[in-house]
Amino acid sequence: MKAVTWHGKEDVRVENVPDPEIVNPRDAIVKISLTAICGSDLHLYVNRIPTMESGDILGHEFMGEVVALGSEVKNLSIGDRVVVPFTISCGGCYYCKNDLYSLCDNSNPNAAMAEKIYGHSPSGLFGYSHMLGGYAGGQAEYVRVPFADVGPIKVPDGLSDEQVLFLSDIFPTGYMAAENCGIKEGDTVAVWGCGPVGQFAMWSARKLGAGRVIGIDRFPERLRLAKEYTGATTINYEEVDVFETLQEMTSGRGPDACIDAVGSEAHGLTLDAWYDLAKEKMMLSTDRGHVARQVIHSCRKGGTVSIPGVYGAFLDKFPLGVAFAKALQLRMGQTHVHRYLPMLLDYIREGELDPSYLITHRMPIERAPEMYRTFMEKEDDCIKVVLKP
Amino acid sequence: MSMSMLTDKSITHPQQKSSSSSCCNTENVSRKEQWASLIGGGAVFLYGLRRGSWLGMLTGGSLLYRGWTGHCMVYDQLGINTKEGHFDRPGVRAQHGRRVNWTLHINRDPQELYDFWRELSNLPNVMSHLVSVQSIDKERSRWTARGPMGQTLEWEAEIITDKPGEVIAWQSLPGSQVDTAGSVHFRKSATGQGTDLEVTLKYDPPGGNMVAQIAHLVGQGLEDDLQEDLRRFKQICESGEIATNAQRPAMKA
Ligand SMILES: [Zn+2]
Ligand SMILES: [Zn+2]
Repeated sequence: MKAVTWHGKEDVRVENVPDPEIVNPRDAIVKISLTAICGSDLHLYVNRIPTMESGDILGHEFMGEVVALGSEVKNLSIGDRVVVPFTISCGGCYYCKNDLYSLCDNSNPNAAMAEKIYGHSPSGLFGYSHMLGGYAGGQAEYVRVPFADVGPIKVPDGLSDEQVLFLSDIFPTGYMAAENCGIKEGDTVAVWGCGPVGQFAMWSARKLGAGRVIGIDRFPERLRLAKEYTGATTINYEEVDVFETLQEMTSGRGPDACIDAVGSEAHGLTLDAWYDLAKEKMMLSTDRGHVARQVIHSCRKGGTVSIPGVYGAFLDKFPLGVAFAKALQLRMGQTHVHRYLPMLLDYIREGELDPSYLITHRMPIERAPEMYRTFMEKEDDCIKVVLKP
Repeated sequence: MSMSMLTDKSITHPQQKSSSSSCCNTENVSRKEQWASLIGGGAVFLYGLRRGSWLGMLTGGSLLYRGWTGHCMVYDQLGINTKEGHFDRPGVRAQHGRRVNWTLHINRDPQELYDFWRELSNLPNVMSHLVSVQSIDKERSRWTARGPMGQTLEWEAEIITDKPGEVIAWQSLPGSQVDTAGSVHFRKSATGQGTDLEVTLKYDPPGGNMVAQIAHLVGQGLEDDLQEDLRRFKQICESGEIATNAQRPAMKA
């Protein structure tokens, strides 16, 4: 089959590799119909995530048709159209049983590797380094899906692939970021970063009762989409001082909750153990440490800071003392995708949101290498790329 | 994962009285054989390390030990120096060998876990070095393990404590190639869900403490391997299978 494979810094190829097969009784094989490049894939692209190996198949946002099933998968049938969560969860451990799917104890075959760095291992992920499972990703014609009786959600006819694909990661990730804010009716929620996760976070914050949502970015196109699709008030940080503008808008109190979705592409891969590596290479945009400081600085006293994804490189610049002085609550973590799927699918089905508005590039999978470059350079107003195998 | 209590209590003890007094004085292994042991033992030891096999390290190490000291446990066993009767006693003598102890949380009831563990023939599915465990009768069982370089190690063990849903403890019987004892406790977790499983294993490999010390110096092979084994056990109990990132069944890969 064709697959997008990783070969080192800025070296992504489309290659022919062997098809996957059923290995375990709870496996499924899914024939991919649509897959996306995620912002976090760019961290792999620039070789910032350790334990990648040459030839690894990329991609953790994908959907398709079930073409083979292990003997223990009773809830799916051949031919079902499914979206697959990017986190792999067994459904049986303490964490899965408590709806903390991204912390699954049993889905990372390389848990010992992750434990050395984190202390404990999070769940395995598709296409995201050997430390996080070493699973082949879904930017390919086929993918092997472990624990298929727990993860994939069936998609009803009448919804297009583009409408439901983002259930695999960024829609639930944005939703959880908003949920983590503990929003009360009428709250003001500020969101740094109007990329895909920021957009979904703004939409979700409204859904959860926010009276006002403020989107902060510098790309006019992203700000326009935020206004149009999430009803946000927007701030272009290249034009005005963010802190002062926020204080003016809130009578000097600051937003009740602040979401840092700038680093959201990093998916919570905060590993202080590779801080040195990241610092040395400094592959993050230079203003990111600044964003984290600004978020904490701007938030109202006793407010909540929600971090849907953190980036590894500035832990020591994280202003913990400020957060302490202002008695902020910090919420973060990898998305418990499974928890949100039925509810978010219903929103899409009822027509409350059509997430496909974010797609700017639709390409055959053969053009993946070029699209990684375009996405990284943010050329051509690139917000979200989807690939068709 | 709550692998919280990974502790390692390597028991230090002066040389075994029986062997140290006899081995170093009598040198019951010829010089030529001694070199062969050194080379072979080193290879086996390294092989064990590379494969991450703790049994390999221990047996390889014991050959090294024999080469270095000119003392052979097997010769010992055959006649020399059996006064203290080490090989007449079951299990592992007090103050000898190496002890590994750890606990982990498994989201299953204590009774279920006990039932799995008590069916000893289940264990090779979890313990990577075990080839088979066959019950001889209600208490006794024959254990077969894979040694380094493909040889087989065998021992017989008996269950010495058996409280359904609470604890199982066993020890090897006299004449075993590997002296070993162990216990598994099943306690209802304080979280109210599942079981805190505590496993204690003790090994007195041929070669004694020195070998255990070498294994300890060179790497945490023993702990790491047993921890991986337990992780697999947890996976089978909680998810019914062992997580793998393989793209194809093993036979075809
Ligand atoms: Zn993603
Ligand atoms: Zn789990």
